[in-house]
Amino acid sequence: MNEPGYAIRAEQLTKRFGDFIAVNEITFDVKQGEIYGFLGANGAGKTTAIRMLIGLLSPSSGIATVAGFDVYKETENIKRNIGYMSQRFSLYEDLTVKENIRFYGGVYGLSSSEIRDKTDFLLKKLELEHARNMLISSLPLGWKQKLAFSIAVIHDPKIVFLDEPTGGVDPITRRQFWNLIYEASSKGVTVFVTTHYMDESEYCDRVSIMVDGRIAALDTPRGLKRIFHASSMDEVFLKLARPEKVGDI
Amino acid sequence: MPAIVVKNLTKKYGGVIAVNALTFSVEKGELFGFIGPDGAGKTSLFRILTTLLLPDAGEASVNNLDVVKDYKKLRTQLGYMPGRFSLYQDLSVEENLKFFASVFGTTIEENYDLIKDIYVQIEPFKKRRAGQLSGGMKQKLALSCALIHKPEILFLDEPTTGVDAVSRKEFWEMLKRLQQKGITVVVSTPYMDEASLCGRIALIQNGKILGIDTPNNIVKTFDKPLLAVKARNTHALIEALRKYPHMHSLYPFGEFLHYTDKRVQFSNDEIHDYLTTEMIQQIEMKPIEPNIEDCFMALMEKQDHE
Repeated sequence: MNEPGYAIRAEQLTKRFGDFIAVNEITFDVKQGEIYGFLGANGAGKTTAIRMLIGLLSPSSGIATVAGFDVYKETENIKRNIGYMSQRFSLYEDLTVKENIRFYGGVYGLSSSEIRDKTDFLLKKLELEHARNMLISSLPLGWKQKLAFSIAVIHDPKIVFLDEPTGGVDPITRRQFWNLIYEASSKGVTVFVTTHYMDESEYCDRVSIMVDGRIAALDTPRGLKRIFHASSMDEVFLKLARPEKVGDI
Repeated sequence: MPAIVVKNLTKKYGGVIAVNALTFSVEKGELFGFIGPDGAGKTSLFRILTTLLLPDAGEASVNNLDVVKDYKKLRTQLGYMPGRFSLYQDLSVEENLKFFASVFGTTIEENYDLIKDIYVQIEPFKKRRAGQLSGGMKQKLALSCALIHKPEILFLDEPTTGVDAVSRKEFWEMLKRLQQKGITVVVSTPYMDEASLCGRIALIQNGKILGIDTPNNIVKTFDKPLLAVKARNTHALIEALRKYPHMHSLYPFGEFLHYTDKRVQFSNDEIHDYLTTEMIQQIEMKPIEPNIEDCFMALMEKQDHE
């Protein structure tokens, strides 16, 4: 069996805005097919780091590749090889379910017949066949988020970035959403995910926690709990983030 | 004496029933939580109770004042912090606070005591425009503005959504201090783990209350023994338990799976033996107390069956 390759490699990746260092020399790897939890308090630098990785923001210094492509020079290739979904932006509310699938399929360069097949497959899998012609705005949030994820991986990307995909979703749907993540991961898709639900960080293969622009800890959930003498990831997070919070309001 | 009395309150948007014949009451001085996912009806309910939205049916009163007929008087007695940041982005921190104080015919000085703990943390930035504050600072300013007229009852709609675990804890500590000052605090949240911080909670889903009580009493309604199960390969464990004919419910919870059984009487050894025959390795199994999220999911299932 081949040694699995790396989906993401970052070395001393840094972003400065004037005097402010939003991301401060972060170094980490994500293996192909891994579910990687990217945690941190609000303002710790997560969003800036993600924007650099997906080719939307040029780093100030350091090196990074995503799906083998350079984050400085090959951003168009990166965009073609990744999927992205966030809580804030996912689907077009005033288009129907079918239209959203067709739109994103087209953006990602699928042919009409591929889009047709994918549409049938997705709707069946998500049990949304009856909602085919419904506007996204009329769907419950949980359905939207599951559909948004499926659309984010419609072009079979190597990596999918999920930025707080389950915020505000009911607890049963939240767990169904994680089933979709596991399924994608078992097919070899690398999953890079942020969340504020600490129980979800336990579902990741490895987790890093950012504090003030740096990666303060990186390990398996089990390893982190051992290192920080904590019984849950919640406790790990509090121990790491609390001392730094004093001056930061 | 009740701070809120609600009877058969209903709000519809076209064919969607956002608030479905709700009946409940909240006592003065409570720290009361509405816990439920997005779309459960929390915001519609809060907007009706804060006189910003008219109900379609039923009635509601806050501080003995009807939310429709007495809205003018009621508005002087309640504070409301909406889910979305709604202050003036191009006014400074201090200007926002002054504005809200003057709208209610008071001054910052008059009620400074009430907001002091919160406001001192953003006072160093009082000349900064509100639009340029960090998320945590915006939240503190919004809370200060909601309190500056010394309301008797404070409504906070999802103040901790999208906020990290540490800042959430700190925010709840602030709410607790407000309650100790005699203010009735009504708060909504999608985070089930925040339930234990409230005196009483209502679990809300699809415009209906699934359960309303103290967190402890809600947990007591969970009527099945709950097992936490773990094995070397979580995915294989899930598959094995899913096809186990006696499985009643199975939900991942961090590194464990929470399992309930259909049978009234069973032994854990039976399940252990079954898993062993399914080639599951390093099985760990222990009885645990349910938490609010367990209860919420059990109640959701029950509602689906009805």
